[in-house]
This record gives sequence, structure tokens and C-alpha cells, in this order.
Amino acid sequence: MESDVIICADCLGKKYMIGHELERERYIVLRDVIGRSARNFIRRSMDMLRGRPIFVGDNTEEFWALRDVNFEIKRGEVVGIIGRNGAGKSTLLKILSRITEPTEGRVTINGRVASLLEVGTGFHGELTGRENIYLNGAILGMRRAEIRRKFDEIVAFAEIEKFLDTPVKRYSSGMYVRLAFAVAAHLEPEILLVDEVLAVGDAEFQRKSLGKMSDVAKRGRTVLFVSHNLGAIRRLCSHAFLFDRGKLTFGGNVDATLTAYERLYASLGRVIANMSFHGPLADQIRFDQVICKQGGTVASMLDPLRKFQIEVHGFALRRFSGLELKLSVFRDGLHIASCHDTVDPAPLHAGHFISRFDIPEDVFRPGMYTLAIGLYEPPSRWAWCSEVAALDFSENLGERSADRSGGVVGIAYTAQRIQQNVANCSHVDAL
Amino acid sequence: MVIRMDMRKPDSSSIRTYQSGTKIVVAERVLILEAGRAERHYWSDLWHYRELFAILAWRDIAVRYKQTVIGVAWAIVRPLLTLVIMTIVFSRVARLPSDGVAPYPVLVFAGMLPWFLFSSILGEASSSVVGNSNLISKVYFPRIIIPAASAVVTLVDFGINLALLIGLMIWYHFVPSWQLVFLPAFVLLATAASLGPGLLMTALNVKYRDFRFIIPFILQFGLYASPVGFSSAVVPKAWRFWYSLNPVVGVIDGFRWCLLGGESQLYMPGFLVSLGVAGFFLWLGITYFRRTERSFADLF
Repeated sequence: MESDVIICADCLGKKYMIGHELERERYIVLRDVIGRSARNFIRRSMDMLRGRPIFVGDNTEEFWALRDVNFEIKRGEVVGIIGRNGAGKSTLLKILSRITEPTEGRVTINGRVASLLEVGTGFHGELTGRENIYLNGAILGMRRAEIRRKFDEIVAFAEIEKFLDTPVKRYSSGMYVRLAFAVAAHLEPEILLVDEVLAVGDAEFQRKSLGKMSDVAKRGRTVLFVSHNLGAIRRLCSHAFLFDRGKLTFGGNVDATLTAYERLYASLGRVIANMSFHGPLADQIRFDQVICKQGGTVASMLDPLRKFQIEVHGFALRRFSGLELKLSVFRDGLHIASCHDTVDPAPLHAGHFISRFDIPEDVFRPGMYTLAIGLYEPPSRWAWCSEVAALDFSENLGERSADRSGGVVGIAYTAQRIQQNVANCSHVDAL
Repeated sequence: MVIRMDMRKPDSSSIRTYQSGTKIVVAERVLILEAGRAERHYWSDLWHYRELFAILAWRDIAVRYKQTVIGVAWAIVRPLLTLVIMTIVFSRVARLPSDGVAPYPVLVFAGMLPWFLFSSILGEASSSVVGNSNLISKVYFPRIIIPAASAVVTLVDFGINLALLIGLMIWYHFVPSWQLVFLPAFVLLATAASLGPGLLMTALNVKYRDFRFIIPFILQFGLYASPVGFSSAVVPKAWRFWYSLNPVVGVIDGFRWCLLGGESQLYMPGFLVSLGVAGFFLWLGITYFRRTERSFADLF
């Protein structure tokens, strides 16, 4: 191995098997149902005897979550890992942290690894804050003596002194997350793997966590950091890897990688043809893509201070006498807004259509939002698909500082301050 | 997955300076992850995670008795009611004899002690990994820690039952003899005999979730197939050897021999067969568990 290479991946690949249902016939014949059930039963029994996992569905398909991944990471590097959902980022972290084994290739790791794929892994609601610190610490791989030594520091960081002996099920979600992160932040491994855990808590706490992370990085630890928050990646990391559909497509200095990321997705649009819609209308309208445009051009990274358009390109397989399309915006799983393309369900002809939404400037904040598409045809037919696309807003806040732009949306408002008559208060000065 | 580890102390000698001037720091251990079969250093790795084992066992115990009014009461009421029913059915209705002078309830309780240990380890262990899927899909540790920690909880219930038995013996003025000193060995045997099938069921239950439906059946069936409510001396001589293929038979006989004193004779050939079967299941359980644990995280 090279002198100071700490992680070395060689032709790494991870394969999953997924089950598929065959397309159903128009009408159901009992004979077929019995035949299929018997076939499935026999196949499952055979799988079981051979010790293979069982799949739902009529046939199975291989799916490579990662393939042919080669890289080297040197001691002390802070590497950001970026890419769309399903690009293989989390699979890579799972392999490196030994949760799952690679299907092919190998990884050589030359140091103590701690992984932080979730904050508060193993937290138990019935146990008190104090007990959970020890439990979570042990789960993350800390020695008991080590936890005891850092205990006060952890409590101070989480700001929960008063509630140390309260069961965590009584904690507010903010306290819970703070405690969970505080334990994790005091890990001292040689290699730290972090998956999207900074996206929790309020803005104040996020900044504190980010600060803690950069401290860790500065102390010469090797950090692998998966995030959708490109701003955080840019601030924390020296290097970055770009993953796309299981392949490592770009690796290098962080700015170059982020540029590659933007270029990759700007040219691609967002093809959603094979997204799975649920509901009775699922197979009656197809969607080609969701595009975001800012200043007339397709953009993968949006500027939150400028207005933009979202275009949903679809194809109706039949005529609808009344249909409406709803675009729902989510952030961290919270449904924050929905927009409809027509006021009331309106007719739609078979063929291509575009639903266009114009969004004014300064509505969204830096970070990632996801979009879901819903369809509704009166009286009761519908279809729904979550996470069809993501909106990524850059860290541009203009003149304002980050702490004046907290929250997940900006609202239009005016404000004024009314002060009491100074004369009435003069006796205060006199005292 | 082959995991090769070079355990070296990170002392000054582990930093080597080569002629070219490059420094190599040899870390505590070098991990190589790749698809493969046996994990070397499995047991030393397990030792490395002993604190996690202790804390998980402690968590299970703490959670179990926290915020439960009837937690401890339940651990007392259940065996006592079972004892009453068993005594009525086998002693009063079926009129089966006891071992020597031991009062029938004491005989039954001495058999229930290992049976409850067996049944609760099997039950707790088999659901433990599925119940802790959140841990398994997020952190690495030798997975065998989880069912093993759940077995520790059942040992607490065992302690409560043992206290009940002592109470029962005092009530009947029954004095156990010197064989009592072997009790820890038999507790260990019972735990080992339960962990074998327990681990097997745990691993199977992760892969094929219908195994959890089989366990209540095994336990219900096993309660009558094992000499819990009666002495195994009532089994005809010709059948006794084959009867001992049920590993619980040997464990229960051992417990009775140890607790009831000289009155209960240990049938040696049968005991050895039970021991062998229990050992085989332990080997099978551990082997199968180790073979499948690498893919647990992919199955949730």
C-alpha cells in the first residue's frame, strides 16, 4: 500500500437481487392463480433449502448498487461523497462500516473506523438521557472509560443538563437530536464515516454540529461525508467523489467535483419515466421529466433569491374530462407546500402536456427539497409518486447572514416596532 | 467476508521510516473487506465487543422492568400457576409417581426451572435480531451479541424462579443434598442447550419470517414432550434412550438430580445422548448464524 493511504477500494461492487411481479392478465383465472401459487411455493421452498433469501414476485433481477469502484483516500483527507438518491453513496458507507459485505472487489482499511449513519442509533425511549449516552456510546464503539471521561462534555454540548435523568421519550425532538449528535460528535476514531446526519436539528444546532465536524477534520482525522447539502460539502471537505448510478464518475478536489455534479445533472434533466406511481391512475399517465428553469435555462442548482419555473412533462394515454396535477414540496419529510396546475379539475387530451409552475423569488432556503406528483380525477381516482425530483438551492443568501434566514421557507412580510412613549418611562431612569 | 486483522500495539516501533523518507504508520489493525467465507479472528473480535454485549444485556433488563407494575409479579405468577396445573394434571389426575420422597410440586418445579429457561431463551433470542433491525442496519458488531444479550435477560427470570423453588423447598421442609454444588454447571448446560436452537431460529427468522410461527408450536409441543410435569423415570426403560434424543430431557434430568438429591437417579446413557444432541445443536446454531449474519443487514 502507498505510504499514507488509509482506505483503498479495489474493483468494489455490491449486487442486490430484487423481485418483480409479472404483468397481470386482464382477467383472473383460478387455474392460473393456483398454478402461479404452486410455482411460487415450489420456488420459495427450493430457495430456502439452498439457503437463499426469498423474493416477492415472479422473477428476480440483479441490481448493482455499486460497480467497479476504485479509489484511495489518504490519511487526514476529508472527502465529500455526492450524487443523486440511489447513486450508491450509502451503500459505499455501509460496506466501509462492515454492515454489509461487498459482492466483489475488496477494501483495505488501515485504521479504526466509526460510522455515523444515523443519529441516535439504538436510543431507547424508556431509558434516561444518562443511560442512553452510555448505550449509544457503546453502540458507536466507545469504551466505557472513554464515555465516562467525556460525559460532562457531551452533556454540555447537548445542553440537556436538567433532563439528564428524564426518559428520552419525554424529550422534545430538538433535545433528542442534540443529545444523539453530542454523543456521536465525541467519537474519536481514525476514520469517521458520516451519512447525512447534519441535516437534523434547528439552524443554530446545525451550525454547531458543522463546527464540531470541521474540528474533527482539522485534528487530522480522515472523514467520509455523504450529504445532499452541497454548501456543507464545500465548507468541510478538501476532496469529493461523485457517484452516479453505482459508478464513481468523478473524484478530485471539491470544487471540481461540485462543478462536475452540476454539469452532469444540468444536461440530464430528471427522467422519471420509470418512477413508480401508485393508485388507479398510475398506468394512465406517464411522466417523462421534471425540469427546473432559472433565467430561461435548465438549472440543477437553483439560486434561492431568483424566481424559477418547474416544468412537469407528461403524456396522457387517454382523454380525461377532468384532471388536476398537484406538485407537493417536502423538506426533511415535512410537507410544506402544494401547488395545483389548474384551479378546478380541467379536461386533458390524450398526448403530451406540460404543467408549468412559476415560483417567485426568495421562497425557498438553501438546501434540498423533494417534489412529489399527485393526480386527481373526480370523483375518486388518483395517482401518487413521492420523490420524483429534488430541488437543490445554493447557499446564496445575498446581503443577509445565515442566521437571518432560518427555517425552510421565506414568507413575504412587513414588520415594524412600536415603542412605548418615552415620557411614560422616564421614572425608570429616575430610579 | 474475510477479515484479516493484524493486532499490533501502536507503539513507537510501528512508525517506520523508509529510505525514501516516507513514513508508514502501521495502525492498530488492518481490515480487509471482501466477499468470502470464514471470518478469522471471529472470537477475538467478539471479545473486543464485550462491553457492547454487557450494555445491551443491561438495556434489555432495564427496559423490561422499567415502567411495568406487574413486571416482577408476572415472573412469579406465571410459574406458580403452571406449577399448580402441572401438579393437578400429572399427580392428582394421572397419578404419576414422584422421584423418591420429593414432594410432587418440588419435582415439577425442578423440571420447570430449566424448561422456562429453554423456552424463554428460544423465544427471546429468535425475535431479538428482527427486533433490533435498526441497530443491525446502521452499525457493525458481531451480530451474535444480540441473541446472547437477550439470553442474559432470561437468566434474571431464572434467578426469580430459583428463589421461588427455594421458597417451595422451605414450605415442604425439603432439604437438598450435596449435589446442589453442581447447579451452576447445569445452568450453563441449560443455557448452552437453549442457545443452539435459539441461534438457529434467530438466523432462520431473519431470512424467513414464518419461523416465528413455528416457535410457539415447538414450545407448546416441547412442554409435553419433555419431562416437565412428570419424572422421566416413568418412561419405559426401552424408550428411555431414544427419549433422550430430546436435549431438554438430559437438562431436566440433570437439574432434578442436582436439586432433588440422591432420590433422583441420573440415567447416564440418556444423559450423554442429550449432551451430544445439545452440543450438536450448539455447533449447528453457531455455524449457521455465523454463515448468515454477514447478510442480515441486506434482509431488512
